[in-house]
Amino acid sequence: MQQSDLKLDGNAIAGLLREIFTMEMTNANSTCAGCGKVHAVGRVDVYLNAPGAVVRCPACEQVLMRIVHNRGRYWIDLTGIRCLELGPGE
Amino acid sequence: MGFVSRGFKGKRRDVASSSRVPPGQHVVDDFPVLSAGPTPRVSIADWTFSIVGEIDDPKRWTWDEFRKLPSETFTVDIHCVTKWTKLDTRWAGVSLDTILDEVETAGEYAVAYSDGGYTTNLPLDDLTGGKAWIAFEYDGRPLDPEHGGPARLLVPHLYLWKSAKWVRGISLQTEDEPGFWESNGYHLRGDPWREQRYWGD
Amino acid sequence: MARAAVLGRLTWQLGEVAEIVRETPRVSSLVLQVPDWPGHLAGQHVDIRLTAEDGYQAERSYSIASAPEDSRVILTVERLEDGEVSPYLVGEVRAGDQVELRGPIGGYFVWEAGDARPLLLVAGGSGIVPLMAMIRHHAAAGATAPVRLLYSSRSIEDVIYMDELATLSATGMGLKVSHTLTRFQPPGWEGYARRIDGEMMAEVAWPRKDSPAVFICGPTSFVEAAAGLLVESGYDASWIKTERFGATGG
Repeated sequence: MQQSDLKLDGNAIAGLLREIFTMEMTNANSTCAGCGKVHAVGRVDVYLNAPGAVVRCPACEQVLMRIVHNRGRYWIDLTGIRCLELGPGE
Repeated sequence: MGFVSRGFKGKRRDVASSSRVPPGQHVVDDFPVLSAGPTPRVSIADWTFSIVGEIDDPKRWTWDEFRKLPSETFTVDIHCVTKWTKLDTRWAGVSLDTILDEVETAGEYAVAYSDGGYTTNLPLDDLTGGKAWIAFEYDGRPLDPEHGGPARLLVPHLYLWKSAKWVRGISLQTEDEPGFWESNGYHLRGDPWREQRYWGD
Repeated sequence: MARAAVLGRLTWQLGEVAEIVRETPRVSSLVLQVPDWPGHLAGQHVDIRLTAEDGYQAERSYSIASAPEDSRVILTVERLEDGEVSPYLVGEVRAGDQVELRGPIGGYFVWEAGDARPLLLVAGGSGIVPLMAMIRHHAAAGATAPVRLLYSSRSIEDVIYMDELATLSATGMGLKVSHTLTRFQPPGWEGYARRIDGEMMAEVAWPRKDSPAVFICGPTSFVEAAAGLLVESGYDASWIKTERFGATGG
């Protein structure tokens, strides 16, 4: 295994995000609060080998989201996302 | 009860909790790599370790200075909140007692901070009294970057997220300031024997 | 229709294993009948949840290999020796068993046959699975977009869907398949025999002026290498959609 293979992408948390937002979220666009770059949630970097899901901006590596889940309770930090644009499929 | 997958046992939990395995944990033989971000790469030449915050004269060591501090080897059990426990891990490091010796502070709390932006908070009491180290060797070899090298905090009596990888310093605080995971659901202290995993545990 | 049906609350449901198809020594396809399956898009996945008798649960995501036109849900799973879920799915599960799943999930890494752009698919190992759903969708829908697949495997024994890919590319429906075998090649092998590189990409990929749609799936290091080569060759990053899977978990 290569160390880089611990980095996944937003597709890997599509199910988790559907639990929270009850919408398909990989097509949503997230604006990084750090560098301002916009990425589809399916495209962002995701680290799952951790106590929670850590979502990072592929451009600047800053944390976009942190999601901790335990027995039906969720803790969601979205401070790294300036804007989340979502809606029905195009 | 609900649905059961015929014949599924899972590969975990060979060892039930015991005097050495806290409740809800299972023993592993490998050393899983946990990663909340890219592995920082810092050259020894640029590495420093600092004590800052509630301290009149902030302290700072270069790698060479740090390695001249008295160090010790020790064997401990480590417990990750993701439910694995690894027994008899061998380390070398500098005791926090050595590092905090002669430090005068009004602070009762600490925040360890790392390359890559990770932070974790601890009561100062959990860092002193021979319970915590800045470790630079694992199993007789320099600590791998994936396990926190060149140096990581090691506080084995608390869940391993407290043992900040790639640690670069400790900020002394008068108040307990939640770190990276503690501000997002994880327990402020994280005692595995009390299963202090999440807020409210 | 299908699109509307896949949005909405995600609930766990049971599917029955109708058949298991051995694809390679380490890979099997589970053919599932899922009552009230709402339909899916090519590239979507499902979450599988296994429950032990003592209540312990393990959950993983698996790409759907079957075309949206197929009423069955086919999951193609690679057995990872130190994994927890995949050794159960490839080894323990047999026809007639039930498995718990939820889905379909995902909307970013999907391709629909109405997309007329030339299609470039790049697969590393079992990263072929969601791309196979696209190829099957392409064939079932009679889509006109020309398709090129670059598929990297370790050895000929590890190539999944070998015969079906050969059959589909012989039908004149516009599919061209290029294999590369990175570790072992059989005697007389005429395909590529190395890791993907710029020269290979230049030979296989559509010229930049064609503005193709690109889907890359495989281990993270593979996906980043492939996407990097395409961007270096002048591809617009917005043409490229990627899905990475880890070497851990399983």
